[in-house]
Amino acid sequence: MTQVHDLDIPLGPSREKMDLVLAGVEDVHGERMRIQMGPQHPATHGVLRVEIETDGEMIITATPHIGYLHRCFEKVAENVTWPQVVPFTDRLDYCSSMNNNLGWSLAVEKLFGIEVSERVQTIRVLAAELNRIANHCVALAAYSLDIGAWTPFLLLIQEREHVLDLFEELCGGRLLLNYIWIGGLSHDIPDGWLVKVHEFVEFMQPKMPELNQLLSFNKIFIERLGNVAVIPADVCLQYGVTGPNIRGAGVKWDLRKNEPYSGYETYDFDIPVGTGEAGQFGDAYDRYMVRVKEIVQSLRIIEQAATRLDNMPGDDVQAAIPKTFAKVPKGEVYFRTEQPKGELGFYIVSNGKSKPYRVKCRAPSFSNLCVMPKVAPGLLIADMVALIGSIDIVLGDGDR
Amino acid sequence: MTQSEILEYLQASFPDAGIEPDETEPEPLIIIPPEHLQQVAAFLRDDEKLHFECLMCLSSIDYDEELHTVYNLYSMKHDHKCSLRCKVSREDPVIPTLTFIWHTAEWHERESYDLLGITYEGHPDLRRILNPDDWEGHPLRKDYEPQKKWHDIPLTPQPLLGGGDDG
Repeated sequence: MTQVHDLDIPLGPSREKMDLVLAGVEDVHGERMRIQMGPQHPATHGVLRVEIETDGEMIITATPHIGYLHRCFEKVAENVTWPQVVPFTDRLDYCSSMNNNLGWSLAVEKLFGIEVSERVQTIRVLAAELNRIANHCVALAAYSLDIGAWTPFLLLIQEREHVLDLFEELCGGRLLLNYIWIGGLSHDIPDGWLVKVHEFVEFMQPKMPELNQLLSFNKIFIERLGNVAVIPADVCLQYGVTGPNIRGAGVKWDLRKNEPYSGYETYDFDIPVGTGEAGQFGDAYDRYMVRVKEIVQSLRIIEQAATRLDNMPGDDVQAAIPKTFAKVPKGEVYFRTEQPKGELGFYIVSNGKSKPYRVKCRAPSFSNLCVMPKVAPGLLIADMVALIGSIDIVLGDGDR
Repeated sequence: MTQSEILEYLQASFPDAGIEPDETEPEPLIIIPPEHLQQVAAFLRDDEKLHFECLMCLSSIDYDEELHTVYNLYSMKHDHKCSLRCKVSREDPVIPTLTFIWHTAEWHERESYDLLGITYEGHPDLRRILNPDDWEGHPLRKDYEPQKKWHDIPLTPQPLLGGGDDG
């Protein structure tokens, strides 16, 4: 017969003690240690290096070092013609290529004053929302893996595969799509594709309740993420943190509603925000849950867009593409769109030539990552993984 | 408020600061001299009527004789936008930092320093961010020449993709 003992296991520093350590009043163990997390680390989602100074197991400072994946996007964009930039935007955030294509095309269309037909807009919205689902599937899958849950990873990647199959039929690419062009699309939708989209919506709808049963409402998962890595709303605003991260902090802010583009104002959908159900507003669980709820809302938009396209007469999707880009209007424009990871903005300067004079890409991962030195102090090393995963960064986007 | 109303309001509040309109199409900007930038930026953030709590984007541009930094601001409270432009000479590109007004500026200023070589005076940690620390030159300047070698690794710059019909 086994006997239960009350073991005297030290549980680590208390919250009060942590505050004193952070204020520099006390040391946990009196010895600081410097750890390099990355650049080759499974939980840093790419080549990110974080220089962590710890006291015991508590983080005192965290300094992210980026640039390992710098491919000079802005320099390349100055050396290719306007439409040739589109494939390079695919490679910014390779998990949501369609949304990057859309951001670039809309910015240039605003500068050149190009109007596209309603049907093209609807196809764009449909494609962008499909990609949002694919992106969130990767984000949630990788996050569950970081936290230590294997099964949801496999299921979510399987579901994403359906979106990629749809893309393959649409434009030939699965990851790098080059689908949305300035003034139009590279291909019209193939015959019978919309039926498959409707089938996908039916297939996907029961999957999110299933994921909730499997992972989201799991007690271990909730306790692992609740109250961890809290990013409050005011910090989000100060540091330019956008997308599901700011919505997780309870701010109802989505450019698709607040600054609608491509006809988003005509669709019926909600903006999910964090509720603080597992602890505080803006903790890792809120950010996770917002992504799960956004998939459901994206399905609603896809359903509406596909139904509209069913009843719309076909037209030439390349009708508005300019015949030549040799002479274009001069000017400067900033345009931002809601990319799955946050706000994707392009500041474009045109001097009337066939190539952009200057392109600045305000990448969502770049701005979302800069909050880390503010949030990380006071976390345990294990919670650092929960923080990086819940921000959902792609370093191709951060480094450009 | 529209951009022109914001401009008038700023000119009335800072009569001696030399704030001027900039007629860039399709989005006009407001030109602020670097010596008054911090003062005006703090006013833009804290004034009740303006309340610009978000710095959406910070971009720097090389216009052969001058270097410009453009700030795109947004107010969630009042749902209005405004863009500022700050011009400095190519020989002495120094702009005061806005890191302490909008923290977003911290990394964007580092990026601008890295790629265009503009120094942001008072920045807490002005280092290169995308390129290696010992990289030479600032790649987004129009007269940039890539270095021949980096740590004994030969860098042979290939001509970038052909530009099609160059206008």
